[in-house]
Amino acid sequence: MNRLRLWLLAVGGAGLAALLVAACLDLPGFGGRHHPYGDRAVQASLARHTANTISSVNFDQRAYDTLGEMSILFAAVLGCVVLLRQARDEHRAPPEPAEVARPVRRYALLVLPVALVTGLYVVAHGQLSPGGGFQGGVVAATALHLLYLGADYGALERVRPLGVYETSDAVAVCAYLVLGLASVLAGTAFLANTLLPYGTFNTLSSGGAVPLLNAAVGMEVASAVVVLLAHFLDQAVEIEEEHGS
Amino acid sequence: MADALIVVVLLLVAASATAAVAQRDPARQALVLSFLGTLLAALFTVLQAPDVGLSQLAVGSALTPLLIMLCVRKIRRRGRSKEDAR
Amino acid sequence: MSTVMHVLPYLVAAYVFLTGCYGLATSRNLVHAVGCLAVCQCATYVLLLAVGYRDGATAPVFSDIAPGSRPVVDPVVQALTLTDIVVGATVTALLLALVLQIAKRHGTVDPDELRELRG
Repeated sequence: MNRLRLWLLAVGGAGLAALLVAACLDLPGFGGRHHPYGDRAVQASLARHTANTISSVNFDQRAYDTLGEMSILFAAVLGCVVLLRQARDEHRAPPEPAEVARPVRRYALLVLPVALVTGLYVVAHGQLSPGGGFQGGVVAATALHLLYLGADYGALERVRPLGVYETSDAVAVCAYLVLGLASVLAGTAFLANTLLPYGTFNTLSSGGAVPLLNAAVGMEVASAVVVLLAHFLDQAVEIEEEHGS
Repeated sequence: MADALIVVVLLLVAASATAAVAQRDPARQALVLSFLGTLLAALFTVLQAPDVGLSQLAVGSALTPLLIMLCVRKIRRRGRSKEDAR
Repeated sequence: MSTVMHVLPYLVAAYVFLTGCYGLATSRNLVHAVGCLAVCQCATYVLLLAVGYRDGATAPVFSDIAPGSRPVVDPVVQALTLTDIVVGATVTALLLALVLQIAKRHGTVDPDELRELRG
């Protein structure tokens, strides 16, 4: 049975490898000059005063696609919350404080505010410099968990009222939808970036709706990561099964 | 010059991807994955994609390995408490 | 050199993908399998960014270069990859949550043992 499975894997893998190599040889060469979509995306981004073309693609030209990504994110987090909730045959035990070397503790407390501010900065400047809601949200949310290293689990739970983050996750998704619907009410297409003035190129308020959608995504990603990590930490540290079950 | 750099990082990525699959212990695999994430972030920066590099650095080298480690810890702790109960 | 350079990044992406698939199929631990799936995901990022690369170009961010002064790489594939990375991480989290549930209900994370349990 096992040998048969390995043979099947070898044959399938070899076939797939042959097809992939044939496809690679037919792709346009790496580093080529011909990028029709890229050139047009850059033109459109500059026309709408967004300095970071990638943000323009994500939150303006393909904003509808980002809505789909957000829904996947939201659904995945929802699934995790449902799967990792405390079951009836489990109880919470306060975790024993773990030994952390003092230099590590101090370093964590020192880096925590720096990392948090960096995350928020990256979200806020998404339309200007590399970064945006997706990256900054993850950085800010992960930074918060340095508190677990710097202080203890109780301190982390106090600065992290889970309900607030779960609500803000949902609010951020709704904000994205409302911003999309606002342009419908104004008489254009869903999520079309025509409602707000495009502003001065290379300033924080440039790009029309891009900064707002960017902020909504940043809020959603940050709260989603906090909620995810909170549930995994709960499972790993606090929740125990009843003995003899 | 840029080409040589790209080739070196690409080969490093391929090697560490192999190591990540070959390492059968999930806790150690999480460490290798974190290393792979950092290498990928370097590759993306070399390929002139700083946005993607930043995203990969935050997710690939911190978030995913952390989730895997927490998962491993939970499963190990379960095993231990089951044995204590016996 | 240059003909190799024209396909090498694509071949590396294909290699990483196949390696991940091999790990997935032969894994004896579901947590390890999820890690292998993460390796497979990396292959798609490498492929997408390789398609969008342009020789001698810079990043498509115009906060410090004048528009039109230098060629830039393709921003569309970068935007696709960027969202994929973050969403991929949450999907990995969902899979790990499923693995935890399996460990709770069946007491094992070995796919072969699980198959025997089902009978």
